Amino acid sequence: MKTKKNMNQDLNQKEEESIVEERDSINGIAGGIENEAGEVMGNVDYTYAQMVWIRFRKHKMALTGSAIILILLILAFGASTWCGGQNPSFTDITHRFLPPFSPGHFLGTDDVGRDVWTRLLYGGQTSLEIGFFIAIPAGLFGGLVGSISGYFGGWVDSVLMRLVEIFFSIPTLPILVTLSSYFGANKANIILLLIIFGWAGTARMIRGLVLQIKNYEFIEAAKAIGCTNTRIILRHIFPNTLAILIVQMTLAIGGAILAESSLSFLGLGVNPSTPTWGNMLSSAQNFMWNAPHLVVWPGLMIFLTILSFNFLGDGLRDALDPKLKQ
Amino acid sequence: MSKKEKMTEIETKDYLDVRHEDIEPTFSDDVLVGCHNLHKYFPIHGGLFGAKIADVRAVDGISFEIKKGETHSLVGESGAGKTTAAKTLIRLYDSTGGNIYFRRQKTGLFEDVTKIKGEDLRSLRKEVQIVFQDPSGSLNPRIPVGDIIEEPMIVHGIKSKNERKDRVVEMMKIVGLRPEYLKRYQHEFSGGQRQRIGIARALVLNPELVVCDEAVSALDVSIQSQIINLLQRLQEKFSLTYLFIAHDLAVVRHMSDTIGVMYLGKLVESAPNAVLFNNPAHPYTQALLNAVPVPDPEIEHNKKIIMGDIPSPINPPSGCRFRTRCPKVMDICKVEEPKMKEIEPRHMAACHLL
Repeated sequence: MKTKKNMNQDLNQKEEESIVEERDSINGIAGGIENEAGEVMGNVDYTYAQMVWIRFRKHKMALTGSAIILILLILAFGASTWCGGQNPSFTDITHRFLPPFSPGHFLGTDDVGRDVWTRLLYGGQTSLEIGFFIAIPAGLFGGLVGSISGYFGGWVDSVLMRLVEIFFSIPTLPILVTLSSYFGANKANIILLLIIFGWAGTARMIRGLVLQIKNYEFIEAAKAIGCTNTRIILRHIFPNTLAILIVQMTLAIGGAILAESSLSFLGLGVNPSTPTWGNMLSSAQNFMWNAPHLVVWPGLMIFLTILSFNFLGDGLRDALDPKLKQ
Repeated sequence: MSKKEKMTEIETKDYLDVRHEDIEPTFSDDVLVGCHNLHKYFPIHGGLFGAKIADVRAVDGISFEIKKGETHSLVGESGAGKTTAAKTLIRLYDSTGGNIYFRRQKTGLFEDVTKIKGEDLRSLRKEVQIVFQDPSGSLNPRIPVGDIIEEPMIVHGIKSKNERKDRVVEMMKIVGLRPEYLKRYQHEFSGGQRQRIGIARALVLNPELVVCDEAVSALDVSIQSQIINLLQRLQEKFSLTYLFIAHDLAVVRHMSDTIGVMYLGKLVESAPNAVLFNNPAHPYTQALLNAVPVPDPEIEHNKKIIMGDIPSPINPPSGCRFRTRCPKVMDICKVEEPKMKEIEPRHMAACHLL
């Protein structure tokens, strides 16, 4: 009996050994894989984008915001379909100040008989375009300047940050008014001016973030494997600022639309023949008492857009980097 | 910290008073890396105009050599300058003084690498690698681990994508990670696995010297032993040379061929493993060994354990740096700094008692 038991044990041991050997040959010389992380990881591999989406869809306000933005985009950029082929600058003096829900003019007409619905859609096109074309380049440029400033430090940092302070200390509205009246108020000029005065805040913020990131050990690890500075900034630092940068840009879109509206409202934005929400508001102010609906529609659109972009930004912040949530 | 203090690295050439021991050191043929009178000071800036007001003397003139295929350990309490010494040795920090010599893979010649830069420095990175203390902090959270392991090959110009991918899979197998995990991010792994990723990244280019900067200190004990065994097997397989930094003496005893004991930026004793543990000469080494807990309640607790904290490296004590805490302090210790003396073959210590 005893010997049999021993033999059994021996057999078991041998079997175990052969299993271990097999495993070793599979796993290389490390001798086994730690299993303790199996629980941590679960059975499904989520990519970063998938995890962002899972977190994002929990944020109801952000979902609503992005739905509204989507609808606005579809309405604005499909304007020719939604307004039955009307020309936004077609004037009809015989039908001035029509109230909303008039036949043929869903939202009424303005002081020279142009269809408000049509102008609202085409105006949305310009306003949203301006928003994106200002916020994204300004954000990227600010992000790059901030990354360089924070990463290299020293005199590079001093020079760039003094430049940022110069841009901060210029009173934006008077200078925009002056410059746009000097260079002429058209869409390209407005975009350029707002980019030039829009990157500084982002640069300051990203610099602070980079100062923090560059002290992380993985940056030292990147140096240790021989990465060039360019590679460290582009591959290791920039992606780690991206979450905040995207949020910042989303919020800046709203800001840019607002800035364009203010300029247009002052009559120094986009040429009045091209409709934008800002210059629609501006021309409506003269008739506020006899045709209040002319003020309400563009105002409501600006309000909705900016609110939606702010909610979207909030949601993105929480989804891209849960650590940022307070 | 009430004052505005800022620590940056600067290149300083001339403000050292001690570095000019202009004797070219000699190393025997089996030495892979050596340093001679190595210094690393961090300047402290302060005051209105940010002038340099003092130095943190993190590493203050140390010399040692590591033979090819061996493990040299640096031990000492926190703030002794072990990590700074290692990072200066592999040129992550620019040294303030002294020389670093390295036997280059390409030429097989012993070369002074203290001042090399540009492409030359980048090719040195291929031969010298480091495994960091904090396994999660040293891996970029935004990059999948497969790409982290692949990156050194991209940086050093291995063009073929397939070749790189094969090597990543091979490395993951070697360090004991499932190759299926290569798309995952570091936060999806446990501490031990993250350290394996760090090791894979360090070894992917076949380096000669690997610095293990407290590579197991952040792990719990069972994982520690796995990683240590892995490191030892890798050393055998690839004939690696390790510079091992630790404060856990049991680990050091297990791993090392030779050991250097550091105190406040200076090397106080260096010896082969067995010699140091059996016959420690310096009072600080003796105290360190005494502080190791023994799992036996019968043993009496009348050991002499050194009191107090390590003094500030900004303003180190005059003479012998250990004199403020040394149980055997004498008058001469205050006045004269003890030199490293060879007390038996390969066993050096710096103490006036010897």
